[in-house]
Amino acid sequence: MNRFDYVKPATVAEAIAAAGAPGAAYLASGTNLLDLMKGNVVQPARLVDITQIKELTRIERLGNGDVRIGALVRNADLACDASFARDFPAVAEALLSGASAQLRNAATVGGNLLQRTRCAYFYDTASACNKRIPGSGCDARDGENSQHAVLGWSAACIATNPSDFCVPLAALDAVVEIAGASGRREVALEALHLLPGTTPERETVLAPGEMIVAVRLPAAARAFARHARYLKVRERNSYAFAVVSAAAGLVIENGSIKQARLALGGVAAKPWRAHDAEALLAGQTSDARVFEQAADAALRDAKPSGDNAYKIPLARQLIARALQAAAQGTPSRMPALPASPFSSVPGVLHDA
Amino acid sequence: MTPELNLSRDPAHLRHGSNIGQPLSRVDGLAKVTGRATYAADNNPPGLLYAVLAVSSIARGRVAALDVDAAKAHPGVVEVMTQANRPPLHADPDGKPNPFSFRFEALQNDRVRYANQPIAVVIAESLEAATEGAALLAPRYEAEPARIGLDAAAAYVPPVVGMGMPAEQRHGDVEAALSASDKQITAIYETPPHYHNAMEPHAIVAEWQGDRLVIDTPTQGLVMMRARLAELFGIAPENILIRSPYLGGGFGGKGLMAGPQVLGILAAKMVGRPVKLVARREQLYGPFGHRSPTRQTLRLGASNAGQLAGIHHHARIATSSFEDFYEAAAHVTHTLYAAPAIATTYDAVRVDTGTPLFVRAPGIAPGSIALESAVDEMAAACGLDPLAFRVKNYAEVEPSTGKPFSSKALRDCYTQGAERFGWWERPLKPRMMRDKDGFLVGWGMGTATFHALMFAGQARAVIRRDGSGVVESGAHDMGQGAWTAFAQIAADSLALDRDQVTFKAGTSDLPDAGIAGGSAHTATVGTAIHNAGAAVIAKLAELATSDQRSPLFGAGNAGVIARQGRLLRRDDEGRGESYADILARAGLDEVEGSGSGVPDPTANEQYAMHSHGAVFAEVKVDPDLGQVRVTRMVGAFAAGRIINPKLVKSQLVGGMIWGISLALHEEAITDRRSGRIMNANLGEYHVPVNADVPAIEAFTVEEHDPFVNPLGIKGVGEIGITGSAGAVANAVAHATGIRVRRFPVRISDLARRA
Repeated sequence: MNRFDYVKPATVAEAIAAAGAPGAAYLASGTNLLDLMKGNVVQPARLVDITQIKELTRIERLGNGDVRIGALVRNADLACDASFARDFPAVAEALLSGASAQLRNAATVGGNLLQRTRCAYFYDTASACNKRIPGSGCDARDGENSQHAVLGWSAACIATNPSDFCVPLAALDAVVEIAGASGRREVALEALHLLPGTTPERETVLAPGEMIVAVRLPAAARAFARHARYLKVRERNSYAFAVVSAAAGLVIENGSIKQARLALGGVAAKPWRAHDAEALLAGQTSDARVFEQAADAALRDAKPSGDNAYKIPLARQLIARALQAAAQGTPSRMPALPASPFSSVPGVLHDA
Repeated sequence: MTPELNLSRDPAHLRHGSNIGQPLSRVDGLAKVTGRATYAADNNPPGLLYAVLAVSSIARGRVAALDVDAAKAHPGVVEVMTQANRPPLHADPDGKPNPFSFRFEALQNDRVRYANQPIAVVIAESLEAATEGAALLAPRYEAEPARIGLDAAAAYVPPVVGMGMPAEQRHGDVEAALSASDKQITAIYETPPHYHNAMEPHAIVAEWQGDRLVIDTPTQGLVMMRARLAELFGIAPENILIRSPYLGGGFGGKGLMAGPQVLGILAAKMVGRPVKLVARREQLYGPFGHRSPTRQTLRLGASNAGQLAGIHHHARIATSSFEDFYEAAAHVTHTLYAAPAIATTYDAVRVDTGTPLFVRAPGIAPGSIALESAVDEMAAACGLDPLAFRVKNYAEVEPSTGKPFSSKALRDCYTQGAERFGWWERPLKPRMMRDKDGFLVGWGMGTATFHALMFAGQARAVIRRDGSGVVESGAHDMGQGAWTAFAQIAADSLALDRDQVTFKAGTSDLPDAGIAGGSAHTATVGTAIHNAGAAVIAKLAELATSDQRSPLFGAGNAGVIARQGRLLRRDDEGRGESYADILARAGLDEVEGSGSGVPDPTANEQYAMHSHGAVFAEVKVDPDLGQVRVTRMVGAFAAGRIINPKLVKSQLVGGMIWGISLALHEEAITDRRSGRIMNANLGEYHVPVNADVPAIEAFTVEEHDPFVNPLGIKGVGEIGITGSAGAVANAVAHATGIRVRRFPVRISDLARRA
């Protein structure tokens, strides 16, 4: 572990000033960063601990109906905010399907967006990893890669983004508010993360020293509240990253789909918004055949990056299921096992 | 004169007590949940230094360079121990003085033989400084290609498997039996490497007091470890004190001394101060043993009616490049089903991992999931219900030896387990059941079995002048509840109430309790305690019956009964005397007796001794997505006398959860090129979490075994895994119609492909 400076600013302006130094990193609850530091995977020269910046801890409803979530709002607090969960049920479900209760109590909204991949070769400093050391190679390519990307990957990197939260956010046109030395700007969440290309070390559009201050869900995203699900396939029924996940939202009028939203997790280096599938769904009747066509459209460009070809038909099945579940209607209460296929049918008693 | 007694069985001095059989809560429970129970790493003697292991990132080769100067220059670092400067050992870590001594690494040279092997130890004033010092060593290696996996090298037939069992064992002519069978199946099953993953990592606090060595470290074998350390350090065993009152899980991983414990002691010697060394989670995946991967080929032959004619169980296993330990995965087949011809064979490859060693239910856990799967496949081939098939092939005597069982209430387990589960509603064909939400439902079962072993253990019992008792044995509480169960046996052994008896365990200066393993600890130490108590009571009886002033004078021929701190004439219970009075009159402060618990060679010659059980599982499977959820499990077990039903239930439920883990979750993922384990953490090495564990019903059926030992104890530590893993695997096959033979079952095996 390298020696590093530690500063604890009280305001966003102080934080940005402090993070102007080369090699600075923002520290919120550190559920990912501290592990990475202890493993010598990353070596920030300065930690800018932003946890005392009170203005980042609020959930606000803005005048235009948008909901603005401060970057330091805890995952659990957001998921359990009744008004938020009612308006954006798939987001709450995604949050509650992630990690463990203990981690959700600590992890923050901004931190969730910026968590690093779980590719084991990224964490193992003895392995080659272009993301960790640009140009060093990718040991995942011929390694243990059954969980790796099937969309948007490159020869340089086949890692996936592990976030559950980001998947419905991408589907719902969430906006990320960014502050930096040159002022504030916004990017669509969908545009926050970068595909690896030849520069997998660049994971987001954030410039050095920029920080995420809030995530905004547009008022219009409430339209999907009655038909929204997040589903997650995993190798154990809790406390596991997604093999594949899907967020689906529909606006249904008289049995026909007026608007559709669809995004995938666990398949790419970013939350994967499926615009083609959404376009295909709009105006169609809500039935299984249409959902399968949408799934095909979403995965048209998918290809295995290793021992993971199974993820493509799996994603196809999951998309169809998520759309079907959304069409059936958002469950009246949060399922006891959020995002589990075993709670995908309304009314299912999964512990029966 | 003390009469000649078979202390185990002779009824001349009956004792009565009702502590055995009570579902007592753990006597150490409160200390544990309030944090007052001191585990090894909780000890902080004055002057303590912290040692951190530096471990290898290559699996084979040599350490070419270490930047010792950089590590030593780090503030707080006191010393760096490498192969160049470590204090000498009196014996060679690569020596093999006895079959229970396994070769280990204690910086004896610069060789690397597996990933995560210790290559240096950094000792510092703080854990942080030592950790940083270890990172600064920045080792350079001369690496050689790693050999990983069951096809990594030429296979050979090992000399023996397990602890001395033959690698080829045949009963009858299997080839002839198979080729003459109406139905023949051949199936290959694979299990991955498993690591113990006890919550408590291996840790040691070592302090030299001149020539005397005091250590705190979790161990399942105090006196055996003490003997090994005495050899290695060239000191008398009496000069070593090991304290191990609590273990945060053992599972076989703490059965034997491991290299890092020796390194902790060497570090303390080198710096002349007490040293604490705790392995980090990822460092547990290397020098502490693991379960070998297996590839098992099962060939079964049966008549059309479903009578087994022959079973050939072959296991390919792995061992390390430098040591021999062969997971006896096939041997379970010799004891379970009544095939007239049975053969077990093995071959092995040497790979660049740490030596595979004992992991909970060694051999039988992976062997059972393969055998129970194959038996189900044969039942299906014969068109028979899996339970009906098993009953049809019920072994009335041990198949391979023809010996009668000392007891075998497996039929009751089948009957009662099936009843509680509702098994007989099961449709024969797979993929026939759906729940109301459309999930596939499957029911599977497996037979559980584990040998009823005893090792050798000693105990000492004392009755004091105030009539209270003390019972001592260097027994081990790995979390299974030894403190409680042995206190119950101790109280009954002296015919006292539990609060009148002090039970001492967990240190190496107490009588040798053998090893807490093989599900044999309760039987071994329980018998020793029982006999020690009998010896004390016999001495008291001798004092009383030969003293004219005692109301028991002359009762020697009729015998006496011990009950509630008193001796009573057997032929007239109105005449009796308290222990305290007997001692007071004799002018003695206390009377002491010793007892041992060892297997009875005659009984073992005559009888096959095993625990049994029947496990039933229900799973639900998403037909499209392939995700599995175990929704119900029932386990019925026959394990002889139950000392504490509450603890036993915990053991059985824990074992059954491990069975779920084996079938659906557990796997160390090894990079085939580097030999490094890529999921060496509890986040990504999956074991079941609460959401994976359904309501589990575990119960025992009545079983009285007069042959295993005087108390009729068979042990329950491991049997819960066996049968359970197969039951879950069979339930998955029944739900889906897909027979997965490579464990754990994965999403990719079951998800709809099109």
